[in-house]
Amino acid sequence: MSRSDYEVVIGLEVHAELSTKTKIFCSCPTEFGGDPNTHTCPVCMAMPGALPVLNEKVVEYAVKAGLATNCEISRDSKNDRKNYFYPDLPKSYQISQFDKPLCEHGYVEIEDDEGNLKKVRILRIHIEEDAGKLNHNEFGGGSLVDLNRAGVPLIETVSEPDLRSAKEAENYLRKLKSIFEYIEVSDCKMQEGSLRADVNVSVHKPGTPFGTRTEMKNMNSFRSIVRAIEYEIDRQIDVIEDGGVIEQETLRWDDVSGRTFSMRDKEDAQDYRYFPDPDLVAIRLPEDYIEEIRKNLPELPESRKERYTSEYGLSEKDANLLTASKYMSNLFEGANKICNNPKAVANWLLSDISRILNEKEMEPEQIPFTAEQLAKMIELIEKGTISSAIGKKVITELFENPKDPEEIIKEKGWIQISDEGAIKEVVMKILEANPQSVSDFKAGKDKALGFLVGQAMKETRGQANPQMLNKMFLEELNK
Amino acid sequence: MNITELTVHELKDKLASKELTVSEITKAYVDRINEKESEVGAFVTTYCDEAISKAKEIEEKVNSGEIKGELAGIPIGIKDNINVKGAKTTCSSKMLENFVSPYDATVTEKLNAENLINLGKLNMDEFAMGGSTEHSAFHNTQNPWNLNCVPGGSSGGSAAAVAAGMVPWALGSDTGGSIRQPASFCGVVGLKPTYGLVSRYGLVAFASSLDQIGPITKDVEDCAMLLNIITGHDEKDTTSENIEKVDYTKVLKNDVKGLRIGVPKEFYAEGINEEVKAKLEEAIAKYKELGAEVEEFSLDVAKYSLASYYIIACAEASSNLGRFDGIRYGYRTENYTNLRELFRNSRSEGFGEEVKRRIMLGTYVLSSGYYDAYYKKAQQVRTLVRSEFNKAFEKYDVIITPTSPVVAFETGSKSNNPLEMYLADICTVSVNIAGLPGISIPCGVDSNGMPVGMQIIGNRFEESTILNAAYTYEQATKFRDNYKPEFKGGAE
Amino acid sequence: MKVSKEEVMHIAKLANLNLRDEEIDKFTTNLEDILNFADIVNNAPVEGLTESFGVNENYNVFRKDEIKVFEDNEALLQNAPEKDRNMFKIPKVIQ
Repeated sequence: MSRSDYEVVIGLEVHAELSTKTKIFCSCPTEFGGDPNTHTCPVCMAMPGALPVLNEKVVEYAVKAGLATNCEISRDSKNDRKNYFYPDLPKSYQISQFDKPLCEHGYVEIEDDEGNLKKVRILRIHIEEDAGKLNHNEFGGGSLVDLNRAGVPLIETVSEPDLRSAKEAENYLRKLKSIFEYIEVSDCKMQEGSLRADVNVSVHKPGTPFGTRTEMKNMNSFRSIVRAIEYEIDRQIDVIEDGGVIEQETLRWDDVSGRTFSMRDKEDAQDYRYFPDPDLVAIRLPEDYIEEIRKNLPELPESRKERYTSEYGLSEKDANLLTASKYMSNLFEGANKICNNPKAVANWLLSDISRILNEKEMEPEQIPFTAEQLAKMIELIEKGTISSAIGKKVITELFENPKDPEEIIKEKGWIQISDEGAIKEVVMKILEANPQSVSDFKAGKDKALGFLVGQAMKETRGQANPQMLNKMFLEELNK
Repeated sequence: MNITELTVHELKDKLASKELTVSEITKAYVDRINEKESEVGAFVTTYCDEAISKAKEIEEKVNSGEIKGELAGIPIGIKDNINVKGAKTTCSSKMLENFVSPYDATVTEKLNAENLINLGKLNMDEFAMGGSTEHSAFHNTQNPWNLNCVPGGSSGGSAAAVAAGMVPWALGSDTGGSIRQPASFCGVVGLKPTYGLVSRYGLVAFASSLDQIGPITKDVEDCAMLLNIITGHDEKDTTSENIEKVDYTKVLKNDVKGLRIGVPKEFYAEGINEEVKAKLEEAIAKYKELGAEVEEFSLDVAKYSLASYYIIACAEASSNLGRFDGIRYGYRTENYTNLRELFRNSRSEGFGEEVKRRIMLGTYVLSSGYYDAYYKKAQQVRTLVRSEFNKAFEKYDVIITPTSPVVAFETGSKSNNPLEMYLADICTVSVNIAGLPGISIPCGVDSNGMPVGMQIIGNRFEESTILNAAYTYEQATKFRDNYKPEFKGGAE
Repeated sequence: MKVSKEEVMHIAKLANLNLRDEEIDKFTTNLEDILNFADIVNNAPVEGLTESFGVNENYNVFRKDEIKVFEDNEALLQNAPEKDRNMFKIPKVIQ
């Protein structure tokens, strides 16, 4: 038996921090950072007698997220208490939603492993509060509790177990991230923990019932999610192949060792004793409230994609890639507005810039330069001030030290040689040094021209104007 | 003139006529505390020195015209589960023995806005769980009518302090009778407002869907005055109702002609002390005499209410008291090496037995497998109780019952059997379950001279109706003119 | 309705209470007594009735998304049994 004999079943629980100004149940700022315990008040510190009041924006953002993922919005909803003890949970219960989530029964479309469109069903989206943070105390021993994050609003999106591979799981998560970014409900920064995913994985042989699933936590990048799923699939298959049984448990992914570890202390019985929070009254959303939000939803990736192919003549594939990230898409639109050259902008973003992102394991939102800077670079190529070869160097430089491309090329001395005399000098030098190529060309081998131009570019370290080189070589060769 | 025997409306008049000064009043109460507190034990913390300097400050400001307000400088006592910034809020628990509140409850802000003077924080059953104040982690409170008896509870300190004249009035809280029952035991007036009339922000939660803060006073007019101060919509409490404010002193008409009174016979059946029953019958006869229309009817909800009450209250409490974990505030055990021991030992050592019992019960009824049989059913019973009361209020303006089946009992005589103790709440809990207003006023004393309380229940937000009914009876019978606590018994 | 000692111990764990043996025995009896009494809710004529989670008719009570800074941050930490660099100190937690 091998891995290919098993079918993999994956479901995701995705937590996204909402980008509201204040916390879900109190008026403290949600801003990331800040000295420990300074973004706190009696409510989020769970002082005796303090009471929660729901932030209206949290409801609005959750409804937005629900509408953007094709969910039904509940007319009747409520908040429930999930009771458990942990030092980062000051009330010893989390206010969440149990049996009446705000949004239910949605779906998003992703590309499956064969490249076909696939619907991934969303079971529910509900609102809840984030916990605080435990810091390791490097001096005095013990741990230290910081409650700045306690009460930051989250939406939890629970998928049905519709995903069949790590790649699909990644595509699904990227899709959600992109949607939430588009509708501006979350900034979805995985590195800051504002987007987190718990992954349920099970394996079974086709035609048999689903296997027992394990839940993995603590993955904080797309890469670690893919790795964790791959690891867990292999682990489960190994266990089964060795005649063992999978235990339903929660696992912690350790990125350093590339392994999962059992998380829950066996002695801690889990029984959350959900019940409706008596401090908070019911949520009843009228039709016109929901319609108003639906009407004002920002443009979603699907519609942008449509526009990119019809208006800008981009290929389906390129349009898809560009719109996958709102940041990338905004960069595209911003740059194009200035330089009015959609194909060039798309090319730069999808080739050189994407390659560098990959190499650096960066997400598009971490691109350090602006749309203006990108557009300027493209205009410099159009004007002939620099060659595309120099353009590539400018992009690399923009990642390191983002500033006006004109300044970059001045500083670096990368301005294209467009002076006819200088170009001629180079052309003559190269022709002299390569008599073989000259005769090849004359014998009808057109390729020889390319070689000669290449040599001239090398000679000028990419700074010669390629069109002028071409023209001048032809003139000389045809003499 | 004995200042501490005056009601607040009398004090107010004497302040207005300059017969008395703010300092004189505060001084009189401080003296009374010094005289009686050792016998009664109503306080957890007193603020006598602070009160005297505060009185001076207010007096100057009143004289200079900087503050107006006819109640400025009147002292008050506050149950020790209501937060006052910078003061301890102990809930009479070892858990919060040293807890200094970082903020004011909404009602505290309202008292401050009137420039009332806080004389101290009043003793209670730990976390408001109990009906005798014997469950205070610090000390018992004695009933001023008989020092060998309990003052009732959980607001026993508040009721005893008012009865003993150590405060002119006080705030209590009522989850299942915790204002009305001690008021009844101590021969004073106690009102539990309609759920949502008074903000709960800053009241340490026992059972969130039942808790209400309310006044404990010497007479009905004072009750109306204090209710005026503490009511009002609060954005910090989503269960606080946004309704127009009523001036409750204006509704005291001294007239019950045509008032339709329902007398639910189940509340006068088994378990009700005969003398209590007899006093209630006299009171009802009085109402007839005053022109009210009285009718007996059946309201068979008391037992269901009581069961439902203990399920809901304990379930909510088990969750509300989770925050006492020894991390951010409150008692922390010395006996721990890891987090679990820190949690468990802090909670086990910090909570008293009754609190632990209720946390256990509440955890049980919410736990998987029992939720539907208990918690869910109890919430359905709640719907039933509400609809039964709704039906009753179609026919009657008020419902009259005993406040408690018994009068104040001897300290130490009852605390061994929890179920028996819970059954004693039979007359009061329905009111909380249905979220209605209820007032307890004295309607005589039994053969041992212990006060008997009458409960008048109104429809939601009908505080005006029950206050007028209570006022009219009070004016006709003048309980305070005829009976006074005598501080009988006590140290042999 | 019978409550077992094991159940009481399980409930104590959920409630994070550490009960002594005699407390376990006592609470087992108490819980059984009280639950037997409370069981009458199951005889109440409540068929078809909805649950009242509160008695409040309010709904949609929301707060505006406006920052209000709590002014006395120091007071929020003054009751901490143990603190370090403005954080609550607890025994080491392995996450």
